[in-house]
Amino acid sequence: MKLWVLGAVFIPLLGAAVNGIFLWITKKKAHLIAVPALFASCICSLVVLSKVLGGAHADFDLYLWIPVGKFVVPVGFLIDELSAVMLATVSFVAAWIHLYSIGYMEHETPRGYAKYFCWLNLFTFFMLLLVSANNFLLMFVGWEGVGLCSYLLIGYWYEKASAANAGMKAFVTTRLGDLGFMIGLFAIYKYYGSLMFANVFSHASILSSSLITVITLLLFVGAVGKSAQFPLYVWLPDAMEGPTPVSSLIHAATMVTAGVYMVARCHALYNLAPFSAEIVASIGAFTALFAATIALVNNDLKRVLAYSTISQLGYMFIGVGVGVYAAGIFHLFTHAFFKGLMFLTAGSVMHVLHGELNMQKMGGLIKKMPITGWTFVVGALAISGIPPFSGFWSKDEILAGAFFHGHPVVWIVGTFTAFLTAFYMFRLIFLTFFGKPRDAHLYEMAHESPPVMTIPLIVLAIGSALAGFFALGPHGGIVGFLNKTLGETVAHGKEAAGVGHLLLIISVAMGVLGIALAYSMYIRRVPDPVVMARTLRPIYTLLYNKYYVDEVYFAFIINPLVGGSRYVLWKFMDVAIIDGVVNGIGRLCRLVGSGVRQFQTGYIPDYVWMILVGAVVIYWIGILF
Amino acid sequence: MMGGVAYPMLTVVTFFPLIGVLVLLFIDKESKNLIRWVAFITTVIEFILSMPLYFRFHLGTYHYQFVERIPWIKILGASYHLGVDGISLFLVLLTTFLTMLSILASWSIEKHVKEYMISFLLLETTMIGVFCALDMLLFYLFWEAMLVPMYLLIGVWGGPRRVYAAIKFFLYTMAGSVLMLVSIIFLYYHHYKVTGELSFSLIKLLATPVPAVVAPWLFLAFALAFAIKVPMFPFHTWLPDAHVEAPTAGSVILAGVLLKMGTYGFIRFCMPFFPHASLRFTGLFLVLAVISIIYGALVALVQDDMKKLVAYTSVSHLGLVMLGMFALTLQSVTGGLLQMVNHGISTGALFLLVGMAYDRRHTRLIKDYGGIARVMPIYSAFFLIATLSSIGLPGLNGFVGEFLALVGTFKSHPVFGALGATTSVLSACYMLWLVKRVFYHEITVTENLSLKDLGFREVVICLMFSIPMFWIGIYPKPVLKRMEPSVAHFIAQVKGEAAMAIEHSPQAKEKMSLAAYLVEERKVEVRP
Repeated sequence: MKLWVLGAVFIPLLGAAVNGIFLWITKKKAHLIAVPALFASCICSLVVLSKVLGGAHADFDLYLWIPVGKFVVPVGFLIDELSAVMLATVSFVAAWIHLYSIGYMEHETPRGYAKYFCWLNLFTFFMLLLVSANNFLLMFVGWEGVGLCSYLLIGYWYEKASAANAGMKAFVTTRLGDLGFMIGLFAIYKYYGSLMFANVFSHASILSSSLITVITLLLFVGAVGKSAQFPLYVWLPDAMEGPTPVSSLIHAATMVTAGVYMVARCHALYNLAPFSAEIVASIGAFTALFAATIALVNNDLKRVLAYSTISQLGYMFIGVGVGVYAAGIFHLFTHAFFKGLMFLTAGSVMHVLHGELNMQKMGGLIKKMPITGWTFVVGALAISGIPPFSGFWSKDEILAGAFFHGHPVVWIVGTFTAFLTAFYMFRLIFLTFFGKPRDAHLYEMAHESPPVMTIPLIVLAIGSALAGFFALGPHGGIVGFLNKTLGETVAHGKEAAGVGHLLLIISVAMGVLGIALAYSMYIRRVPDPVVMARTLRPIYTLLYNKYYVDEVYFAFIINPLVGGSRYVLWKFMDVAIIDGVVNGIGRLCRLVGSGVRQFQTGYIPDYVWMILVGAVVIYWIGILF
Repeated sequence: MMGGVAYPMLTVVTFFPLIGVLVLLFIDKESKNLIRWVAFITTVIEFILSMPLYFRFHLGTYHYQFVERIPWIKILGASYHLGVDGISLFLVLLTTFLTMLSILASWSIEKHVKEYMISFLLLETTMIGVFCALDMLLFYLFWEAMLVPMYLLIGVWGGPRRVYAAIKFFLYTMAGSVLMLVSIIFLYYHHYKVTGELSFSLIKLLATPVPAVVAPWLFLAFALAFAIKVPMFPFHTWLPDAHVEAPTAGSVILAGVLLKMGTYGFIRFCMPFFPHASLRFTGLFLVLAVISIIYGALVALVQDDMKKLVAYTSVSHLGLVMLGMFALTLQSVTGGLLQMVNHGISTGALFLLVGMAYDRRHTRLIKDYGGIARVMPIYSAFFLIATLSSIGLPGLNGFVGEFLALVGTFKSHPVFGALGATTSVLSACYMLWLVKRVFYHEITVTENLSLKDLGFREVVICLMFSIPMFWIGIYPKPVLKRMEPSVAHFIAQVKGEAAMAIEHSPQAKEKMSLAAYLVEERKVEVRP
């Protein structure tokens, strides 16, 4: 077991090291190291998963990392149902995306190519570390490490100003969240006296519920940053500047779900802090709706998918927030397939259209790229919650959880968002793959991508279609399996089967309705979307400009901070006041010196006078005191 | 004598550079390369000589090790007393490490090479002396002697405003040192008054606590001297000037070692000498530390000059060290101590890297760069590693120190710990913005198109810097284990003795004013 875990986690690191150090040798052959490394890691992860399925668990330390007094943190790994599922999901999806990257990045420079694979491997290492760590600090290492790789990969085309900006924005925004996370860790250490999962969770209840609430909220701030929830989601749409496989792996399937994993991992704490859980669910629900509305009108293929990711992450937070942790992780699992898939298909389209992303210029592409098109449809059906595709199963688990755990408003928001989701996804499909080509030139260029790209599409499409059936396994399927760790005892489905079926029908109906509306608007043109945009101009403008959130941040936070630092702190405080005083003291000394110098005339008579005056003064002082 | 070695290791380590100076004196000043090589080899041997300090260091004890003690000025009771413990060990190693690489980075110096190298080697001896001296007079001697070569390095080999910067640096430091000298003499005299023995020995002086009425004043005198050196807000304005004008290697040593003398002074002298006063002023210093952290970072954010930017980050980073030290928990002090080493490595590396760019383009203004990742990939890679180390990315050295310092601070002072943690966001802002403006985007200035990437010598320097960054980041245990006993002892000294001072000080003495105490002093003075 130990060796398999270490293999799963460290083989990608080895791959990254080889490509990183021997960049100048591996060049265009970098994938020969990177891709096998990932498949090896994937095999190890699957072995680990199979052992966990057999009932095995592991919690072991590799070595002591930071020991200072009672603060002892090892580099150690915890393997239970949750981390085994995460390991398998991450390494499986990552392996296929690595393979896909060979085709997608074929036109890059040799150095860039090797660098890309180095970072992608490094990312996977950190992600696997994140999900398999047995303590908060090591998880934080993975947490920050994936952030670094995300930064590097978003800025992969760093000569483009937008890419360079997006990378920095992503890193700084997520670090803002990490600040909360870090303070949360401080608090955990202060009050629990340990950062080991085993110690903290087994003694979770020793603290007062208000303290746990504070801790869990601080941790959630980290999740809000990393998993792109309101109000820190702004970095994710911009992160689309990175190569598309990166968007698929990091900004859809894995890294952004780290926050969900973290909340699920800390379920012992969130269970004791109902207020925090409420906040998690509310932020999740709000973000799900908020991001979905922006996706309705965006014309950028990848941006729509990005807002969709934000929205789906919101769903996952609804799940872990209302207490159905396993459902949240289940949705994470299915989402990794279908969203990873959709990004890869978007990449496939971009690849053949030389980077074109505007859906308004596409149309009818399914004839030219059938595999890409139909696999996308599979992904879209999955996200829209159409049975029997995977998203249906996981989304239903979450919405049912929200309903039965007493969150009717969250349920309504979630269900309505399901309608919006189906609508904007099929709007995208109809604009891109169906209808008449709107740009003949682009249409001419289009052709199917090479097999190295389409095979991963097919694999992930099969996953997107069938992954939901894991829900039907024995002992509650994947949810039951995860619940061995996540310890959720209430099986809502059995309590109210009738109501459950009704909910199910409603949510499927929402999906179908969304698809139908998209079909009518974008294929039949009734009602014509152009006319609608004109009649509803204020709403359309607001949505099209993403509620002006970025502009608000610049106007109220970033610009005042930079301006204040420059003019108030630096130019005024530092240079004028503090240094002014320092130089003033120097000048004062000079002034006094040049004043006193007048007495140094060199004439003996002057000195005699001064001696006389001095003697008299001293005499009088002596008499006075 | 612990360590069980046949030769006086610390004396050798301290004074070996002077042998290099001696050799240099006999070399013709025109054979510049020979001079460089002699200086470099001297520092390499010096570094190797300092390594046994690490390997033969006994774990699990806070006592000074490799101690040497011989009478020096008998009539004053001063002795030549050297020793290291877990607090100073890594500062000595940092000094030998940074000096070696600084010499290697000084190959481009063409003006008065011989004098430059001699100054550098003299500087090394005095710096190591400061960290090893256990006799107050000896310490003060090294402390002041160190100013001279540094003054020359800035004043002779510096930039356009070098004379202003050098004088500012010198006078500023002097102003603090003089007050410290007065305090040392007071301690010395007080010790004599109580025990009848003349001694400058640190250990003996520590054993004679000063009366509660004068302690705060002495504490503040010491604190001012060290706070200027650190530098803490608002005594920091000499730093940007000195850094910008100093030659590259001078900046490395200035940031890497000299600033540490301030924090070292606090942990070695200021706080153990006056535990009661330290606790009394904890609030003040925590506030100043947090201001330094945030203020330094915000001012760094808006600098136009790369070197000035890195200089202001030092204010921020050293603020974190001070925060950790005054929070007085095992983790926070250890973290602060480790952060002293980390800052020396990462900021040293950043100064060197900025210097390498300056050697090529003769400008440090950020706007003169942009897009150079394309023409200088190796340089960019190393700059990125140094950046990540500086902003405390987990896996590299900065994180371990930063996290320990903050987690420890949070334990005793949650609000300050939380405020200090903002450094993680702010540092990402200023460093990544710098990286973006210098390395990313398209090249707009045509001179940058023909920039040459790092040469062999420069790659060696960068690699040398990377080793401790990864080592301390991934496996800091050997370092922490060496520090821990001394840190625990330090905390016991400050906390324990403060408690004792409160318990044992008679009520009457508590109420006595400073003036009354001084009058009493005078009476005693008349007697002999």
